[in-house]
Amino acid sequence: MSNETQLPEIGAIALVRYFWRQLTSMRTALVLLLLLALAAIPGSLIPQNAQNPMAVTDYFEEHRTLAIWFERFSLFDVYSSPWFSAIYILLFISLIGCVLPRSFEHLQASRALPPKTPKNLARMEHFQSWPANGDEMEIAKSWLKAKRFRVLESEESIAAEKGYLRETGNLFFHISLILILVGVLIGGLFGVRGSAILSQGERFVNNATSYDTISFGQITSENSLPPFTIKVDKFVAKYNTLTSAPEDYTLYVTTVAEPGATPKQQVVKVNSPLTFGSTRVYLQANGYSPIVTVQDKIGNVTFQGPVPFLPQDANLRSIGAIKVPDGDPQLGFVSSFVPTYERTSDQGAISVFPELLDPKLLFSIWQGDLGLDTGVPQSVYRIDTSNMKQIMLDSLKPGEFLKFSEGTITFEDVVPWVNLQIVSDPGKSYSLIGGIVAILGLLASLFTRRRRIWIRVSAGEVQVAGLAKNGAPGLEIEMSEFVAKLRGI
Amino acid sequence: MSSQDWAYFSNYAIYSAMALFTLAFFGHAYETAWAVRTPNAASETEGNLVTKTFDSSRTQKAMRIATAMMILGFIFLLAGVVTRGLSASRVPWGNMYEFSITGALAFTGAYLFALRKYDLRWLGVLVSISALLTLGTAITLLYVPSAPLVPALKSTWLVIHVSAAIISGGVFLLANVIAAAYLYLDNMETKGPRKVWAQRLPELEVLDQLSYRLVAFVFPLWTFSVIAGAIWAESAWGRYWGWDPKETWAFITWVAYAAYLHARVTVGWRGRRAAWLCLIAGSTFLFNYVYVNVWGTGKHTYSGL
Repeated sequence: MSNETQLPEIGAIALVRYFWRQLTSMRTALVLLLLLALAAIPGSLIPQNAQNPMAVTDYFEEHRTLAIWFERFSLFDVYSSPWFSAIYILLFISLIGCVLPRSFEHLQASRALPPKTPKNLARMEHFQSWPANGDEMEIAKSWLKAKRFRVLESEESIAAEKGYLRETGNLFFHISLILILVGVLIGGLFGVRGSAILSQGERFVNNATSYDTISFGQITSENSLPPFTIKVDKFVAKYNTLTSAPEDYTLYVTTVAEPGATPKQQVVKVNSPLTFGSTRVYLQANGYSPIVTVQDKIGNVTFQGPVPFLPQDANLRSIGAIKVPDGDPQLGFVSSFVPTYERTSDQGAISVFPELLDPKLLFSIWQGDLGLDTGVPQSVYRIDTSNMKQIMLDSLKPGEFLKFSEGTITFEDVVPWVNLQIVSDPGKSYSLIGGIVAILGLLASLFTRRRRIWIRVSAGEVQVAGLAKNGAPGLEIEMSEFVAKLRGI
Repeated sequence: MSSQDWAYFSNYAIYSAMALFTLAFFGHAYETAWAVRTPNAASETEGNLVTKTFDSSRTQKAMRIATAMMILGFIFLLAGVVTRGLSASRVPWGNMYEFSITGALAFTGAYLFALRKYDLRWLGVLVSISALLTLGTAITLLYVPSAPLVPALKSTWLVIHVSAAIISGGVFLLANVIAAAYLYLDNMETKGPRKVWAQRLPELEVLDQLSYRLVAFVFPLWTFSVIAGAIWAESAWGRYWGWDPKETWAFITWVAYAAYLHARVTVGWRGRRAAWLCLIAGSTFLFNYVYVNVWGTGKHTYSGL
């Protein structure tokens, strides 16, 4: 058959154009918005690696099979998962595809004059007419100009329009969302975030080895760390005597911004971090560090120093581990520390207040292999006692010491420790500007009314009419003011 | 007065407010039920049907008393909230109990404020019972003694961020109640004419517009609340956004309302679908308030429970 119908060839460009049109359509954007809300939910119900890695580990122990499936679908890392990223990237592409053309249109429209007055005003809303007096055009012109309407005049009519700010605000709002995302990206690429535990009296030098944990942005390296030092002079915590709830934390430090600079005494509080250029230092957590000295049988010091203990409850009962690898055999003290000691029949030693009213260090002594050379990372608060043997149990008050078969342990004193979080986020000011512009744009777009008003004087008759876009209310009042002015009422 | 005295005074004021809201509830319930007149069967029978008519003149008084009780209740609640703040010398939203009483204040305040412009007294039954339930839950389940703030909350942002969140919440809930009323009445109308007691409620279109206006009005404030929270988080926790459960749900609420506004303004959703979307968005806010405060983990654990 010769006259077979030729199907139009769908070229690659047409296909791309088709998808682009689909993606940037408002309906798709709406679906993506709702999907984004839905996709954010699991991250708030399932423990997340980024927020609470301990809880994820626990989850693996409790629900092994389920956890494996969760991990396959990145459900422990929802906010950095491929599917979550896919949704917001598509959403932002859709947003850009929608906002860019509209911006150009608006830019042109904002320099253009309102369209001509329609031929038949009687068909428009808010129509009124009355016999002309003669000076209506002049009054209308000055009234509209005074009200900052944009005006297109012709011989016998005026078309006026106002409320372009609505679209301007709308576009600025959407563009500012892009700016917020750019800020987040810059933070991810160039930021540094780490934390370090320091006992009172210790000094922190800002280089990678001083941190307990540190993560660099994709394009950042160790060399970018500013060379400041912080010495923890004193940490004071105040607690409510009835509820044990903390009332105030104050950290006194001496800082040196760079080698050779004059030392400065500063105060850090939970809501007021230290600032070194774009790097800020936050007070995050605190606890107690017992200072202990361990000697071997002949009196050589094998261990000395403050050991940070991890608080377990509101009264700061804390657990910790004193590890003495330099000795033969190796020694470990599985310990707990209570700032205000009390003995109960069912729970044993507990703390009844978070301040140091009656501090006590309780421990069991183990000897054998601490397992530090296996290469497997160990918690600093726990001891792997699988290759060790317990030799005794005891407790000490500050200043007391204990002799045991392998040597002596002295509980010298106890000092507080603080956890400092050190963060450099060069993207945050972009996000902040984005946030502020977003609110301003939103206000402008939601509270500006776009409307047109027309007047025509012909054949001895005045005709007026108005049109409110988006069905916005309030034009009626404005029209009656306009008419009152024209009629001199 | 000592801080203890202020705390006692606050509790008495809250109890009084609850009593007044109860009276307001009965007043509104009475006028809703008795504004329907069943005429003398002999004189006004049409066929076999007795035409019930709506006549609010007989219940005008009950309605006015109920509104007066609402206003009085609001004043007592305001006194309760203010003295609670005085007893701890700080803003009265440091834990979930305080957040609830302040939230109830914002909710009834939003209703009374809207009353100046629109005749919303038909909503009185729902508003009084919701305020009563919120206060009842607060004082029985959530109550904690008045105490100073934990260090992380000691910031000016507490005043800014949380007050914006409370006001937004109050208005979102009002919009939700109206959207629910829309769906209920819409359902009733598809089955036939409105029942007599419902005849004095506004037209469906008015309800539809009203819930939209409330959302559009308060959405920028909610945006502000989220951004103020981010600024505060930056100075307290070292990051402005960390997908903490409360942050996540605030974000979900924001996105859901953004979708609602787009659906209405750009895609042209009206009526049923819009009302459902409004309800869904509002319930994400409630979920954040109840679930994340009571059972949730994360950094926003200030409920005191």
